[in-house]
Amino acid sequence: MSEFALETRNQLVGLFGIVERNVYLTKRYFLWDLAFMVWTIANTLTIVFIARAIPGITPEQENTAATALLVGATIWAFLGIIFEFMTETVAWERWEGTIEYTFMAPLSRLVHLFGQGAYAVLYGLIRATILFFAVAAFIGIHAPQANYAAALGLLALASLSFIGVGIMTSVLPLISPEKGAQLGFVCQGIMLVVSGVYYPVSVMPEWMQWISKISPATYALRGCRASIIDGTGMVWADVWPLLIIAVLATPIGLAVFRVGERHAKRHGKLKRAG
Amino acid sequence: MSTLAPSTIDLASRLDRQAPAVEVRDLRKTFKRRDRKGGRFARKRPWPALDDVTFTIARGECVTILGQNGSGKSTLVRLLSTLLISDGGEARVFGHDVDREASTIRRLVNRVSVEASFFKKMSASENLSYAARFYGMTPRQTRTAVPEILGRVGFPPERRNEAMENLSRGMQQKVALARALLTSPVLLLLDEPTTGLDPRSKLEVQEFIREVRTEHDATILLCTHDMAEAEALSDRVGILDRGRLLFLEPVVDVKRRFGVETLEQAFFAATGREFEAEENDDDEYREVFG
Repeated sequence: MSEFALETRNQLVGLFGIVERNVYLTKRYFLWDLAFMVWTIANTLTIVFIARAIPGITPEQENTAATALLVGATIWAFLGIIFEFMTETVAWERWEGTIEYTFMAPLSRLVHLFGQGAYAVLYGLIRATILFFAVAAFIGIHAPQANYAAALGLLALASLSFIGVGIMTSVLPLISPEKGAQLGFVCQGIMLVVSGVYYPVSVMPEWMQWISKISPATYALRGCRASIIDGTGMVWADVWPLLIIAVLATPIGLAVFRVGERHAKRHGKLKRAG
Repeated sequence: MSTLAPSTIDLASRLDRQAPAVEVRDLRKTFKRRDRKGGRFARKRPWPALDDVTFTIARGECVTILGQNGSGKSTLVRLLSTLLISDGGEARVFGHDVDREASTIRRLVNRVSVEASFFKKMSASENLSYAARFYGMTPRQTRTAVPEILGRVGFPPERRNEAMENLSRGMQQKVALARALLTSPVLLLLDEPTTGLDPRSKLEVQEFIREVRTEHDATILLCTHDMAEAEALSDRVGILDRGRLLFLEPVVDVKRRFGVETLEQAFFAATGREFEAEENDDDEYREVFG
């Protein structure tokens, strides 16, 4: 086997290892995850019920409003899972004390972080699907024209960008062991605020609308809403920005992580010894 | 050993046979710390964890670095395992620079530290499999390699699938040794591997270290503050004191040099202090940062 082939094989086995470890941990914490799922559903209901409270609208309009809110809440939850997993790349391993063993292993940082992101997307998609259909059933939302395949496709495409942004935020616990993880959620919140999570982007001030153009969540939200409410497929106007952001986000995320990792290794912050 | 990780097999066969296993020259690492007495807003001042450390370890040798808490032992181990970036000097493992060729070094080195760090909810088998994946070992390979290596460290087979949090510290440390050896490192860094173990576990671990050395072509750098362990296991012993390596010689030479009978006496002769007496604020800080 050539050196390149051997290295590629080893990296793929390493990627599998990251996903496999997360499967083990999900199994071990299953009941906690179930409790968290109940919380997410309850939280989403508080948002979707707002549609019922809008005065003077027809049942048809109420259904559309509820669906739009549900899509926003589902993507918020999905993004939450991705950011949680990515920031935990460092935070959880530091808490368990395994971080030094992972960082001294011959696994490329790209594969390490991408493996974590890949599992987050997989797990997040499963949770988002359960959340969406559980709340839709509870509220009685009907979406006869929904094109779920297109919505899933857009979400998968957007996930590549979310992983890239997640890689950037995953470095935060390396810089601040105590507060770094929380800053990841700040990033998630800002991204969703400018992306029109529960409202059209057009209602925001113009400067925020400009920022929304570089957020992958803007296109994911817009595309998913259109696919579920109107049954439109994957529209090119949503696809191409997502492709461009996906191509840029991961290398930028990786570069940011490398800077953070070097900082941590220079200042002895990789492992919190005291 | 029959369970070599593929990446290690390939690299080990291409190692520079002439190069020393470890070559450290004028290695420096300084951390910054706030003077405790100066309060929260006191300026940070530099604190040398390693101060111009120079030594060489030949291939197949077992060398022990002795030192008190905070003497810089863990900093040295972390620098050699690419977990820290030095401030100056040079460290090479089998001819490869630890800063510039970190990815190569990572395939050659593994480490056992004083804390057996694992995912506590996962079992010994799962933790070992997870670690082995990073070295290219597939599920088919670990299915046989993990029970084999656990058997070699004397880990009871019936507890293989039990969560790590249910295992005693001695058991966890055996799994840590197994994790390091599973990847067949050519340089094994042992950072106080027997600290906190009961006498029986300590002897078992020491016996295993001997076995690894004789049966497997591994070079061992052992950092400890256990003088008896150092004397029993090593070809040469060095004392690291406040970041400075005072000497690195065979035990008999150390005793002869200072005209003493024990390593404790040698430490006293070399530093002017008792070995166990060093527990002041400064050392606590060194431990935190080192």
